[in-house]
Amino acid sequence: MTARPAATFSAVEPHSAVTHRNRAAALISARGLGVDLGGKPVLDNVDIDIQAGEIVTLIGPNGAGKTTLARLLLGLLRPTRGGVSRKPGIRIGYVPQRFAVDATIPIKVRRFLRLGVRASTAAIGQVLEEVGAGNLADRPLAALSGGEFQRVSLARALIAAPQLLMLDEPVQGVDYAGEAQLYAMIGDIRTRRGCGILLISHDLHIVLGASDRVICLNRHICCEGVPETVATHPEYARLFGRDAVRAVGIYRHEHDHEHDLSGAVKQAGCANHGHD
Amino acid sequence: MIDDFLLRAGLAGIGVALLTAPLGCFVVWQRLAMFGNSIAHCGLLGVALGVLLSIELTLGVIMVSMALALLLIGLQGQKLLPQDTLLGILAHAALAAGLLAATWVGGARLDLMGYLFGDILAVSGSDLWWILGGLILIGGAMLWLWRPLLSISVHRELAAAEGVRVELVQASFMLLVAFTIAVSIKIVGILLITSLLIIPAASARAFASSPERMAAGAAVLSVFSVLAGLGFSMQLDTPAGPSIVLVLTAVFALTAPFLLRQGAR
Repeated sequence: MTARPAATFSAVEPHSAVTHRNRAAALISARGLGVDLGGKPVLDNVDIDIQAGEIVTLIGPNGAGKTTLARLLLGLLRPTRGGVSRKPGIRIGYVPQRFAVDATIPIKVRRFLRLGVRASTAAIGQVLEEVGAGNLADRPLAALSGGEFQRVSLARALIAAPQLLMLDEPVQGVDYAGEAQLYAMIGDIRTRRGCGILLISHDLHIVLGASDRVICLNRHICCEGVPETVATHPEYARLFGRDAVRAVGIYRHEHDHEHDLSGAVKQAGCANHGHD
Repeated sequence: MIDDFLLRAGLAGIGVALLTAPLGCFVVWQRLAMFGNSIAHCGLLGVALGVLLSIELTLGVIMVSMALALLLIGLQGQKLLPQDTLLGILAHAALAAGLLAATWVGGARLDLMGYLFGDILAVSGSDLWWILGGLILIGGAMLWLWRPLLSISVHRELAAAEGVRVELVQASFMLLVAFTIAVSIKIVGILLITSLLIIPAASARAFASSPERMAAGAAVLSVFSVLAGLGFSMQLDTPAGPSIVLVLTAVFALTAPFLLRQGAR
């Protein structure tokens, strides 16, 4: 992996001096992170830092390795290359991708929040209020709607007072109005608690506004920066559709580096990542 | 006057019901019924091993069932075959091997039907000690495992992210299930033992508002069914193991309308 063309890195937007300077203060940082699954590289050469109080959004098409990156950062998956360093003693709250709750287990929201840490009834009431789910404490988990469940999931992540929150597609299964509410709430949580937040998403319109930094991932970091920079970046256009590509057509042919993991094959593959 | 053998049978039945009911809830939640079945099927192989090594037969069954459980845990890593296919292969291979081995080492001395369908009236003092030991060991282990195991049953990755050592907890639980099955085989036999794990838990589900209440409800229903089954078997002179299983099933059938009503909500 050392033989990568230097051009690869030039695509990484403000792979910033700021980030590197603050590395010591970062809640979590990874350098040269890569992982092979079943002998095939799934992620390669990912550098990422998350500071306290910032919302970093990870966007990328399906199969880009977003969840894999989250699992590496959480320590659920061992990296093949590179490494992750976490601030000593850091508490990380994790909201996994929406999952179906098995109705065979009779469990109420209140109990679900207690599965990870011991918490008082008062603390549970408080955290449920914070996510706007104060009325759900005694509801069976399996009976919640999509939006209710995402709020309860968020409450479970918050109950241990995390310094870093990792939210994997937190608005999945939530309607449009609920989506905006949830993002506003995530912004409030950051302001109130001052925690760092890594937000994984594949929908862009709302996400970009809510983030301090956006990282565009497609098996490696394609581009990175403040939302405005990323939104006009050619890599972003490539990844997120032909319409977007047309809109920024002037950049289209400037992107000529081999930015993939396995060589030239991927070049064509990347152009196919448009949404449908 | 209560006959000694009847007292032993009753105590063994209560002990085994208390052992299997809470474990059975996790067997239901984690869809491990087939796993339990496969472990039970190797019981006869364990009996044969016990005879061959001239050791306590229960110890032989425990050794073989734990070994098979470890093998199955090891095979969980592969993805090319579904888990229940592997379990099916192992279950039938173990039963076939057990039948051959039991005939070979035990000959006519071995009460084959007793092992296949249970012989609660033949429970010995040493069987009772095994069950009591199981209650202490498994009761203690379950107190330690309860919360992490519940967390894993709800969401594996979330549990892991929160620091639960998923593999260790899960493997410990599967070994406990194997141990429980091994000491319980005397009661309803190799072919019927899984019913003591899953039917009480299933019967308690419709009325349970928390995981602990489901386990407690399962324990109550299980103790009742075992004693009632034993009573029927005495009265009607029927084999005890199948009688117990039929009472368990009757209790479950009574709860089925409540399951349907809850499901429709």
